[in-house]
Amino acid sequence: MWQPVVLTLELASLTTALLLLLAVPLAWWLARTKSWWAEPVATVVSLPLVLPPTVLGFYLLIAMGPDGPLAPLLALFNMRSLAFTFEGLVLGSVIYSLPFMVQPVRSAFKAIGDAPLEAAATLRASPRDVFLSVALPLARGGILSGAILSFAHTVGEFGVVLMIGGNIPGKTKVLSVAIYDYVETLEWQTAHELAGGMVVFSFLVILAMMLLEKHQAKRLKA
Amino acid sequence: MAMGRIEAKFSGRLGAFSLDVSFEVPAEGVTGLFGPSGCGKTTILRCLAGLTRLKGGFLSVEGDVWQDGNVFLPPHRRPIGYVFQEPRLFPHLSVMENLRYGMKRSLEVRAELNLDRVVALVGIGSLLNRAPDKLSGGEKQRIAVARALLSQPRLLLMDEPLSALDRDSRGEILPYLEALHRQLELPIVYVTHDFSELERLADHLVLLEKGKVLAAGALAALVTDLSLPIARQPDAAAALTVSVGRYDAPYDISECRLGDLTLWVPGNLGEIGAIRRIVIRASDVSLVRARPGESSLLNILPAKIVSAEPASTSQMLVVLAPEGGGGVRLLSSITRKSWDGLGLRLGDAVFAQVKGMALADLR
Repeated sequence: MWQPVVLTLELASLTTALLLLLAVPLAWWLARTKSWWAEPVATVVSLPLVLPPTVLGFYLLIAMGPDGPLAPLLALFNMRSLAFTFEGLVLGSVIYSLPFMVQPVRSAFKAIGDAPLEAAATLRASPRDVFLSVALPLARGGILSGAILSFAHTVGEFGVVLMIGGNIPGKTKVLSVAIYDYVETLEWQTAHELAGGMVVFSFLVILAMMLLEKHQAKRLKA
Repeated sequence: MAMGRIEAKFSGRLGAFSLDVSFEVPAEGVTGLFGPSGCGKTTILRCLAGLTRLKGGFLSVEGDVWQDGNVFLPPHRRPIGYVFQEPRLFPHLSVMENLRYGMKRSLEVRAELNLDRVVALVGIGSLLNRAPDKLSGGEKQRIAVARALLSQPRLLLMDEPLSALDRDSRGEILPYLEALHRQLELPIVYVTHDFSELERLADHLVLLEKGKVLAAGALAALVTDLSLPIARQPDAAAALTVSVGRYDAPYDISECRLGDLTLWVPGNLGEIGAIRRIVIRASDVSLVRARPGESSLLNILPAKIVSAEPASTSQMLVVLAPEGGGGVRLLSSITRKSWDGLGLRLGDAVFAQVKGMALADLR
């Protein structure tokens, strides 16, 4: 019973870590750029919010396959395909959860406004320095929200996982798929334990988010 | 590309607003950028800082070119300090960390801008251990001034630093700004639309209107130039720099020297030899043909009428050169009826009676 739980936590942690590295700079660019490309890029990032997970999973499966556009890149690492691998799940989760990280972080960066950034620039901080020493700390609430949301969202994903990961124990069989399996095989007791655990987990995540926002609002008002 | 000067030329459009200015001012003392709202003062200051880039621009400061054609030094590479209208303290840092932010990033260290000196100069010693969100508006703005100074600037830019404050806080900060002016060898460009701040702080003036330079030069000369609107406003005044002489304690009045002239100014203006600026409003100077034998007024100066123009249907604005004043000018506002009644003409010798109350010291 515990194997899917551990695998799920691994997947969610790795996905969140990768998203922090990728999505925070992307959100910064989206928040600051005056480029015409900002909105089309933001739209592409948001697509996973509205697409059925099966559609996303289907295209990812093709992209990761031996004849997909990622194949030449995979060949560099001596891999033929990412389909039905843990790495494939990570890549899929990163794309699937991207909007959950980018949107709160972009809003947080936008909320900072020009004022503190200009002040930092007149105090000899280079653009990179301004990002690290002013923008990141001031947006930490949004970044934390984004991290919690994408972690939770990855834990709960089902459709994409099933499409690109399948159901290989210890490799791609995550929590949501495991619950489905237990129900299919009429192991109600185990399904209850996992499903109940998910309810408690979700409750705690949302509660943490709300407390965080309340704390943040109090800090900004002061 | 003279040393010791700021040469600036900015032209371009920002939305519906177009700016086309060119001026040269000494890189010393306080230069006021003065004009009504929307005349482009703040835009010019932002161009000086590099926060706004107008294509056809040129800027050199004390011989260093900061902008010219494709040359454009970004803000963080310019040795400036910038004080915004709002304090813009970093909310995630303590007061001390705010002060150190620019200090630890500065390229050079100037002895006169060390932490202890700046803290004393701006009077923030008791605020250092407070949280930024526990400070009043005036206190925050003083921290912002100190933070800008501690980044070791060679040029301090101030954008209406008092405009966001209430009256009391302004009165609290102005003396500190005057102290900066008197005690630091740091050129300051000061944007304001408040004439009373200018007459207390500025040495040089760039007068702006609708994105263009109306006039630039020494404050004392421009405020008594009748062709400029600044001399024709209701609170028009002459600003004089005097050196403090004897303080007469029993009467609480100070004797001040201006060239060969003596002026009596109420209050103790400080040590002998201290340099103070006094402001004499045009409405506080009246004219007489002959020196009155006995008068309650202490300051009656022989002067020549240099120029005069009607300021309104009833008022006449007169520019005077006091004898022995070393070229200083005074403004006097009298009625046209008096002007004609006394038969005054350009070049006439008169006596300017200055009401004691009009003399206000700097502090």
